[in-house]
Amino acid sequence: MTHAVDARDRYVAEFRRFAENGAGAGPGWLKELRQAGIERFAAVGFPTTRQEEWRFTDIAPLTQTPFTLPTAPDTEASPEMVERVLDGPTGARLVFVDGGFRPELSVATGLPSGVKLGSLGDAVRRDGDLLAAHLGRYASVERNPFTALSAAFLREGAFVHVTRGVSVEQPIHLLFLASGAAQGRMIHPRNLIVLEREAQATVVETYAAEDAGPHLTNAVTEFAVEDGARGRHVRIQREGDGAFHMATSQSHQGKDTSFSSCSLAFGAGLSRHDVTAVLAGTGGLLLLNGLSVLAGRQHVDYHTTIDHARPHCESHELFNGILAERARGVFNGRIIVRPGAQQTDSKQTNNNVLLSEAARADSQPQLEIYADDVKCTHGATIGPLDPNALFYLETRGVGAEAARQLMTYGFAADIVSRIDVPEVRERLDRLVRAT
Amino acid sequence: MQPMLEIHDLHANADGREILRGVDLVVHVGEVHAIMGPNGSGKSTLAQVLAGHPGYTVTQGFVRYEGQDLLDMDPEERAQAGLFLAFQYPVAIRGVTNAYFLRAALNAIRKTRGEPELDPIDFLQVLEEKLQAIGWDDSVVNRPVNDGFSGGEKKRNEILQMAVLEPKLAVLDETDSGLDIDALKTVAEAVNRLRSPSKATVVVTHYQRLLNYIIPDFVHVLVDGRIARSGGKALALELEEKGYDWVKPEPAVA
Repeated sequence: MTHAVDARDRYVAEFRRFAENGAGAGPGWLKELRQAGIERFAAVGFPTTRQEEWRFTDIAPLTQTPFTLPTAPDTEASPEMVERVLDGPTGARLVFVDGGFRPELSVATGLPSGVKLGSLGDAVRRDGDLLAAHLGRYASVERNPFTALSAAFLREGAFVHVTRGVSVEQPIHLLFLASGAAQGRMIHPRNLIVLEREAQATVVETYAAEDAGPHLTNAVTEFAVEDGARGRHVRIQREGDGAFHMATSQSHQGKDTSFSSCSLAFGAGLSRHDVTAVLAGTGGLLLLNGLSVLAGRQHVDYHTTIDHARPHCESHELFNGILAERARGVFNGRIIVRPGAQQTDSKQTNNNVLLSEAARADSQPQLEIYADDVKCTHGATIGPLDPNALFYLETRGVGAEAARQLMTYGFAADIVSRIDVPEVRERLDRLVRAT
Repeated sequence: MQPMLEIHDLHANADGREILRGVDLVVHVGEVHAIMGPNGSGKSTLAQVLAGHPGYTVTQGFVRYEGQDLLDMDPEERAQAGLFLAFQYPVAIRGVTNAYFLRAALNAIRKTRGEPELDPIDFLQVLEEKLQAIGWDDSVVNRPVNDGFSGGEKKRNEILQMAVLEPKLAVLDETDSGLDIDALKTVAEAVNRLRSPSKATVVVTHYQRLLNYIIPDFVHVLVDGRIARSGGKALALELEEKGYDWVKPEPAVA
């Protein structure tokens, strides 16, 4: 408990420095949001395993490490490193290194008119009204202690805004790199993506590190999908084993929208990702998928919430976990069907394969249904690779070890093959083959 | 001539229960053998033991395949040596497409034959030829192996694998079960097209029906873990008429 209080005080003191040294400058609405964030955090502090929501994930190693905000901008990142991480050329992209926006590594051209793509820092100056209308509205400071910290230290991230009816064909890449200078730092990327009515876009977030020591990434992404819009979202987390990765993704869908989101965790020593998807208009379709591929002593905790607030919406959720060595995966899938959200059709599946005796997975469905004319199903599996399938492969001439690899790959490909952005799917397919 | 397959006095257990109790069978190259028998007689166990299923323990007897001790080989070595089992219940492999799986399998086998591995483009050509040879379209090629397949699609997929892997000895375990008459004809036709004087086939079936389409040279009746009677294709018709009770073995002498 003492540790937790110390940690809280440390973050509050860090906020005071941030607010006073000019880094925390900005318009009134932003100062209010930051203030609301730190006040909320000061009131609730860091969670402990005594709280139901954090029962399986002990963040003491994170709270006991005194992380500070980055000071000088880093100069190590090169275009080659960006290409390497992205595994090939991209069209539009925003690159951030240790939390700072790097325009010289970014490309914001080739987009149709009606698309705003840039850093949040710039957007605060240019598009303050748009930001004020959306930021923190979905992933509020009350969501969890980390969204509170995100609001408190809100300064930089990506801003994507697609005007009504505009369709962006090429995927927009957002790349967050941690360099060697990230060690001991905490980085709070904050992203806002707004698709206006009938707009269409694909956003790919990648968090990666090359040789970065222990640091904290606390990333929050808000995705507003207005009536009739179609959004696709892929999120790839490939931080180093020493990293703590806390994340909140929150989408908010209007009427007759479709949104697909796929979140993949390969890296970080300890990661927690809260994914919340709100179906706030009738006729919405949500595809929410996820994959974790972990080894060593890595720990991942996915807490997903699908909120069926309005009738006639459909959601399909599939999360697969591949856990080797002493890795541990946690999945908590909450589905809320609000009163009156009739004709909801919701399916949740969580499959976990344990590649060693010491690997562990915990899976909890959490259905809260307050309407009576709905279809909700859920299922979970945890176990080793199917011995019958292994034998089947062996009888086709595939050796035992190759058969295990093929099945493990298939478990990942089951998720990756559902990403309907060919370019991104192919890159991820290469990545899971190499993992 | 050395037999392709020689099974002698084979006894096998599953979970401590003896299922095979002294099977003898000799298969020469170019032959088609049918193994028939009532449910629970050990037909599928025999097929699984030949493929090397780890759930069965051989307690007595031997099996020679092309002169080698088959029981001493791992399942993948048996496949690499040209043995193929078409499963009664083919298993789904989530996330792995048929094309990817078949290429991995074919390359594993080619490697042991000292042939170069096929890249995806060359492989697709091979696959195309095989599909044409058995008269099928490519509708199952890019779907995950047996995942969400209908019963008929699964059985067809087994035959497609057999066509691609070109085994010397194919064991078809109840390939006819769960097929309607049209699907049965299609599968049987594909099997017939793959017949060759340099290969051999063992067809395991409960029903005589399949043998109208795949004409066997020999028919064996397995009862209580032993071959109770052997004969030509007329034996299958006789069984159809008289039922399996007719060949029940004499009670063991106390």
